[in-house]
Amino acid sequence: MTKVDLKRKGRKLIIKIIFLLFLLLIWWLLYKIHFWPAWLFPSPRQVFKTLIKGFANHTFIWGILISMRRLFIGFGFALLVGSFVGFLLAKVKIINETVGFLVLGLQTLPSICWLPLALLWFGLNEKAIIFVVIMGSIMSMTIAMESAVKNIPPLFIRAGKMLGVQGWQLFCHVIFPAILPSFITGIKQGWSFAWRSLMSGEMLFITLGLGQLLMIGRQLNDMSQVMAVMLVIIMIGIIFDKLIFGVMENSVRRKWGLK
Amino acid sequence: MRLQVKNISKKFKAKSNYVGALDQVSLDVKSGEFICLLGPSGCGKSTLLNLIAGLEAPDQGEIYSRGKIGLMFQEAALFPWLKVKDNVGFGLKMQKVHRPEIAEQVDKYLSMMHLSAFAEAYPHELSGGMKQRAALARTLILNPDLLLMDEPFAALDAQTRERLYGDLQKIWQETKKTIIFVTHNVREAVCLGDRVEVFTARPGKIKKEFKINLSRPRNLNDVAVAQISNEIMQELKEEIDKVAAEMADYKKHQND
Repeated sequence: MTKVDLKRKGRKLIIKIIFLLFLLLIWWLLYKIHFWPAWLFPSPRQVFKTLIKGFANHTFIWGILISMRRLFIGFGFALLVGSFVGFLLAKVKIINETVGFLVLGLQTLPSICWLPLALLWFGLNEKAIIFVVIMGSIMSMTIAMESAVKNIPPLFIRAGKMLGVQGWQLFCHVIFPAILPSFITGIKQGWSFAWRSLMSGEMLFITLGLGQLLMIGRQLNDMSQVMAVMLVIIMIGIIFDKLIFGVMENSVRRKWGLK
Repeated sequence: MRLQVKNISKKFKAKSNYVGALDQVSLDVKSGEFICLLGPSGCGKSTLLNLIAGLEAPDQGEIYSRGKIGLMFQEAALFPWLKVKDNVGFGLKMQKVHRPEIAEQVDKYLSMMHLSAFAEAYPHELSGGMKQRAALARTLILNPDLLLMDEPFAALDAQTRERLYGDLQKIWQETKKTIIFVTHNVREAVCLGDRVEVFTARPGKIKKEFKINLSRPRNLNDVAVAQISNEIMQELKEEIDKVAAEMADYKKHQND
């Protein structure tokens, strides 16, 4: 990164921080003039305190760990199986006409609609929630992989073949790197589907995790806990979306000259 | 490497009927020759290259060739995820050649193509002409006996193209490769080829052969090149008119 780049990035960051401080100020003012009663609309300070307390007594940390575990298991499974099925959809016509049709249909079903079925099949437990996470993201992963493979420029394949590449080598050294940019975008999207499914699932029945912490806040009429947990959920979202996937996406796109 | 093409025919399926791409084409290429295939668009020149490269099979006829074949396209088709040096070394890496050996070869071909300064660059950082030179290095490093080039300079600007004509003639003289070069540009064909084979409009047949006995390196603006080009142009014009007439006819049918 050049000096100019750093300067520009720094400027952008400062603008963002000022904007956030401005929002905090408005929040604080609304609290100060008692626009809403304090138990419905806590001050930034109260929420911040709850946040610190939540981390200090480890409730939030456990909540995050439990939710993350479900997310990694569920989304990991969806990623592997979805990519594999997506690849088959792109390559095998008969599978595309049958399974592809099914995937498109199921994709329209909001993931939380799988919850009743999951509860009856697996009971009120971990399996049910992981099932919902899988169903929430697997179709999107499948479709992303299918379109990534279908959109490989045929020229790359021809060039690869002309340079003597065949079979498994062709997959590892040409097809896989060729789909990487759209595949990473697909993973990012699949992840956000999984994350949303997980949160809605966790809120609907008692099973620990961040979603439940949010609902506990509601049941105790503790608005500052509700808001603190929402902030945690947003932060996790940003960390994955912007930092992890964003950095991966940018580095690939820069290499390709797409940016 | 000697290449013999005997009575090749090839048809393609279009909507309801078959369209002839090549009709009874024969060609005999001696080792170290530089042949240009010249014809109007859609006359089957590229199809002939694909057949020689073994990417497609002919309906009729036979092709005899021995040795390795390299094919270059109109687009450089470099892999955007690899640096220039890794693009050039790609074929050797796939053959599991030892790494120091690859590095040595890559250096050699990059310097032959005047690309040494761009070894660490990614393809999108190169100009069109540099991309084609990198693609040529990537093909030549595999040491093919026969080099097939499918309008490799068509997408480049005139100045870059002229420089590449010089480079290509030099490389051909140094490496003594057999080259078949497809183009629709008459001057380009005369400037580069020992022989120019003029194709008819679809289905492609070899209409006439011109032997170009000019000294090398030739320049696009040499008087002799221009003269022969005019002669060939006369021959080619008939075929281009045919294509135009066919297109007009097709349009009329569509409007009816």
